[in-house]
This record gives sequence, structure tokens and C-alpha cells, in this order.
Amino acid sequence: MDGTIASPELMNSGAEAVLRALKAQGVDVIFGYPGGAVLPLYDALFQQNEIKHILVRHEQAAVHAAEGYARSTGKVGVVLVTSGPGATNAVTGLVDALMDSIPLVCLCGQVPTHLIGNDAFQEADTTGITRPATKHNYLVKKSEDLVRVMHEAFLVARTGRPGPVLVDLPKDILISPAPYREPGSAPHRSYRPRTEPDPRRIEEAVAMLKRAERPVIYAGGGVINAGPEAARLLTEFTRLTGFPITNTLMGLGAFPASDPLFVGMLGMHGTYEANLAMHGCDVMLNIGARFDDRVTGRLNAFSPGSKKIHADIDPSNMNKTVTVDVQIAGDALATLKALIAAWKKDATQPNRAALAQWWGQIDVWRAKDSLRYSQNREPGSIIKPQYAVEQLYKATRGRETFITTEVGQHQMWAAQYFKFEKPNRWMTSGGLGTMGYGLPAAMGAQVAHPDALVIDIAGEASILMNIQEMGTLAQYRLPVKIFILNNQYMGMVRQWQELLHGGRYSSSYSEALPDFVKLAESFHAVGLRAEKVEDLDRVIAEMIAVDRPVIADIWVDQKENVFPMIPSGAAHNEMLLGPEHKGASGPAVTNEGMALV
Amino acid sequence: MSDTTLRSATISVLVENESGVLARVIGLFSGRGYNIDNLTVAPVERDGSKSRITLVTSGTAMVIEQIKAQLDRLIPVYKVLDLSEGPHLARELALIKVLGTGDKRAEALRLADAFRARVVDATTESFTFELTGATDKLDAFLDLMRPLGLAEVSRTGVAAIARGVNTIS
Repeated sequence: MDGTIASPELMNSGAEAVLRALKAQGVDVIFGYPGGAVLPLYDALFQQNEIKHILVRHEQAAVHAAEGYARSTGKVGVVLVTSGPGATNAVTGLVDALMDSIPLVCLCGQVPTHLIGNDAFQEADTTGITRPATKHNYLVKKSEDLVRVMHEAFLVARTGRPGPVLVDLPKDILISPAPYREPGSAPHRSYRPRTEPDPRRIEEAVAMLKRAERPVIYAGGGVINAGPEAARLLTEFTRLTGFPITNTLMGLGAFPASDPLFVGMLGMHGTYEANLAMHGCDVMLNIGARFDDRVTGRLNAFSPGSKKIHADIDPSNMNKTVTVDVQIAGDALATLKALIAAWKKDATQPNRAALAQWWGQIDVWRAKDSLRYSQNREPGSIIKPQYAVEQLYKATRGRETFITTEVGQHQMWAAQYFKFEKPNRWMTSGGLGTMGYGLPAAMGAQVAHPDALVIDIAGEASILMNIQEMGTLAQYRLPVKIFILNNQYMGMVRQWQELLHGGRYSSSYSEALPDFVKLAESFHAVGLRAEKVEDLDRVIAEMIAVDRPVIADIWVDQKENVFPMIPSGAAHNEMLLGPEHKGASGPAVTNEGMALV
Repeated sequence: MSDTTLRSATISVLVENESGVLARVIGLFSGRGYNIDNLTVAPVERDGSKSRITLVTSGTAMVIEQIKAQLDRLIPVYKVLDLSEGPHLARELALIKVLGTGDKRAEALRLADAFRARVVDATTESFTFELTGATDKLDAFLDLMRPLGLAEVSRTGVAAIARGVNTIS
């Protein structure tokens, strides 16, 4: 980008120029960990008060925290790590942000330019390692490029399909004086993401939707990324049409879960009605989702009779796995605006009779109540994990609540039983499926929303992957609540072993767990435990009431599985239902299915 | 689930001439499992600010579309052009060393003449030919040279451009 104007001002050091660029980009908080190569930046941070630095305990957590910050605010999250191991530790977080399209800028120290390539201490080929882990990355080799690259990194991270951008900063560049310019408005030389949809495609889509007899709207994380206004327009458009709508895991909150038009989440652990609506629809409108394999199931049996409209900011998502009939390349906000205008303008009357019949069918599916489970309320009964999430949801309704999760069964139960009315309240690792995501992401969300209730719904295995961040919670007095559904298993691994590997529970038992109450206390937090059903509500109430970090260790049924489930290699209409649905049996898993994850 | 017929595509990519850009393109192909049959790259602007990468790849129509879309979303990419969608010219150059004496040597020279290969170096026991043309012409010539003492080949890879007035920029 030549997006800089006026003559430059010379800053005393590259580090000062970096901080000034961050301020110009509206950055107020950075998540990071110091080290030799970034000492000049830490020195400059020390000498100012505008940008707050949150010291994490591991670089992976810095990236997830920045993701939580970004997803709960819509702003770009910023990470600062040192060279070598600092950078390599950040890689998991970067890929996580890449897969889930989260805007981040990761500043990374590097050995001085004259030592690059010499296998210097704490040297790594960071731009080489992170090339496929980022949307774009830069190695700054000249002081005069520094500020241009900084501004460009933010532009690339937040525009188009958002994603992580890494800037590798050699130590000599941070020390030497560097010219500073404010960000300009000139467009980038080669990077010009398309945001405005093609009006002809919009008309084609509306013509198709107006004639639909069995329509479904399938909305994903792209709507969340396009901002709260896009979620409002999605709601407006859906209500205008009266069509059923389903959200992906990434899209939860893009449409209010309490609205009767919402048929729940779709996909591998989606509701019966959502998946059968997808399977049986005649017109599908996909906004901001990417036909992920968790959503489609077996591709050649995916929604076989439908015309498909795909609106996505990234043209490379079009026709990638599923062939579609109308492609709309553009930002979800602009696309929804155009769809609403075109729907109102198109004089064709939608087929209300057919739609009513379709809703009749969906209501039959809905009546199946595919999320049904049974909880024995007798004192002394074991807690069902689904019940724990439902009770947590009930106890937090009406509050400003942000939910993060780790990865596994608890994540799916959270997605199924916690209801989201607004966007940016739900943060989970969807694409990469990173265990250890939830605690640092909750930290980032709490930093952005100090007075809100931020809860990490966790599993006892996942939480241990970034448990060191309890220290960060204590240091910054971040009252994050960690709600562990403790079944003493890597539950999703155990579930697959039960269903697909003959019940051979190879390495999925959580042996030698810590005492989570004592663990919390040792990190200056509050530890609570619910062993039986009668403990649950009290523990939840206490957890919410305490203005300190809390670990609530909820002992749940070890044998519980996540249902419904579309087994690997099966289609949407081949769902497995839970034990509550007697006589419902799904397909046997094929050899091809066994090879899938 | 859709068309499984493979086709070859010649794709020109105009990129910012910056370090790492070729690695981004190649990493995309290896990371996503696409084929690279042939690749050339060189600066094409007077100030050296832009380079042109020409790729020959093969895949189903869906994969070729993916390749183009994936290339297009790389930040330093200006333009992606699928030359194989229309009439275009594609040429490569090869330097070909043939060792031998006697009849085989004479035959090699006669065939080289028929293919309009130039002799750019010679000893009493060798010829080095320079041959320019489409990939299949080079392949055909090499097949002929094989029994005549073909010893070494260096090929540039394909340079390609659309016919007519249309340009990439």
C-alpha cells in the first residue's frame, strides 16, 4: 500500500514507530510475552500508558486471547511475541485464526537483519513457517518500510475475509530510527477484496428464493465477521421471507435463537430439523458459510435436490466442495442489504401455501425433539452434561454474557443448549478445533468487556492445555469463570471409540487429574465443585456471584454421548439420535467413513 | 461428485516482485495438493516491480477454478489469467546436449535442422542444440534425440501470452 501521505516524521526508534502505528490503528491492548528480540518494543511500551499490555503465560494463549478480544469486539486483535520459540508457540493460534477468519496482527521479534540465516540464538524462519498459517506475512528488512508494513498489516487483517497477519521485526529495525507516516486512504497496489455483490447475481438469487417451495437459509461466521449490523439485517431478511434459518457453529448468534424461524444449529451435531431441512430443501441460501465437512456430511448426498445460492466474501470458497447455482461474491452486510432491497422490489409473490406446508413438515421434525435427554432430579443423581449447560444458560439469561469453549463434547453441548440472541457472544474454535482455546479466548473477551460475565465452558482434558493462564487471570484480576464438564474422559475421542472402534478406549481416559478446586486456589482463584445434581444450581449461582476467577468442576455422566450425530461419511438424513429416541437407528459407518475425521 | 475429466491449464499470474512471493505460490500448490507441471517466473516491468509467473497445471474443471481463486486471493497477486480459456501462444526453450560420433552424430544434426534447432556449441564428440517451441515440439525432438546420444537437457519452462489485443493488465 502506498496508503501514506504527507512527509514522514523521523522517530527515534523503530519500536516507537511501531507503537505510534498501533495507536493510529486504534489499538488499546496487546497480548504478549517478552524475549530478547522484542526488548526494544517492551522498553517503548514501558514508557507510555495508552496501550495496555497483557502478559500471558504462553504465546499460544496470547494469540487465542487476541482472538477472543477480536471476536467479542469486532476489532483487530494484537499479539506481541519474541523470535524463535515465541513465534513457533504462536503458530497454533495463527492457524486457528486463519481457519475461523479472525482479524489479528501478530508482531514478532526476529534476530537482527545481519544475523538472519545464520542459525542465530532464538532464530527461526518465521515468515517461512507462518506463510501457510497466516492470511499474509511480512519480514521488515528496511526501516523505511516499517510503518507502511504496519498499516498494511491492519488493512489486510480486517478487510476482505479477515485473518491473521504476522509482521516479523528484526531487532536492529526496532532500534534504528524509522520514518513515521499516518495511514492514508490510497488503495493497496495489488490487494483489492471485492465487497459489493454483483446486482445481477442478487436478482437471480431473489428470483430463485421467491419461487422456492421448501427454502432454507444457512448462515455462518461470515455474518458475524461483517458486524452486528449484518446480523440485524439477516434477522430482518429472514423475517421478511418467513423462511427457516439454521446457523453453523461459527454463526451462532447471527440470528436470535429464540425466534421461531430458527431451527437450530446444523451439521454433525446439529438438530434433526435443521439437517432434514437442509436435506429436503429446494432452494438453499448460504450466507457467510463455507460448506464445511462438519456441515455437509457425505458430499454426494448433501442436499441432493436443491438449487444453491452461495454468498461469500471469498470467491475461493465457491464451488470448492459443493457445486452451487448462484455465486454472490461480497461482504455479508452489503449482500444482505442488496437482498432485502431486491426482495422488496421483486413483485413476485412468494408461494405462501407451499411455505406453510414446508413449515408443517419442519414442525413434525421439530416435534421429534432431537436434543431431548433425561435428568434424574433425585438427590444423589449424577449430573447430565446437557443439564449442566441448560442450567448455566438459565442462570445467566438477561446478563451480558460471553461464552467461550474448548474443543470436544462440552463444546457441542454448549452449542446445542446455550442459546445466543446476539452476535459476538460465542467464541469457539470451529475450523481448527484447538483444545486449549477457551480459557485464553475468555481472557481476551474479559479484557475487552471488564464488567461482563465471561464463561469458558470447558472439558477437564482441554482446560489443562492452557491452564497456565490462570496466572494471567490472577495478575489482571480477570473474573473469568471456567465451567468444567468433568467426565474424566477426552469425551469426543471416547465417543468415537465407542461408536467406531469397538469400545476400545485407547488413551482417552483422563488419568491423574488434578484437584481442580485446589488448583484454582493455588492460582488465587475460587474453586467450586458439583458432584451431584443437587449441587449444580448452588455452584452455578456462587460462580456467577463471585467477582473473581472461578473454576467450577462439574462432575458429569461419563457415558454421555453427543446426539444427534451424523456419523462420518453419512448424509443429513442418516442421523443417529440419542438413547431417548428408542427405535431410531442410523446407518452403519462405511469403510470410507472410517477414514474421515 | 461432478466432472472428473482432467484438463491442462496454462495460467499467467502477475505478482508484486517481492521476496517470498514465489514461495507463496508454490506453497499453495503443495499445501492444497495441486499439480505443477511447469512453472516459470521473471520480472516483466521496466522498474522490476512486477513479475509474471506462468504455471501449467492439470486438474478437473472444479480444481482449476479453485487454483485460480486461491491464487487470486494471495495479497501480492495483481491478476490471474487462464490463458487456456482462449487462443494463446506458449513457448519454451531447451538446451540439449547430444554426445556421439559417426552416423548417429550426422543424423542428430539432420533432425536438428528439420526442427530448426540451432547448434550453439559443438565439439568433435558433442552438439548442444538450442530449440524453441511449444512443449510438445520440444518433447518430440527429445524423443528423437534419445537413441542418438541425448545426454543432458535444460528447459526454461513455458512462457505464454494471449493472442490478439488483450493483455493481462
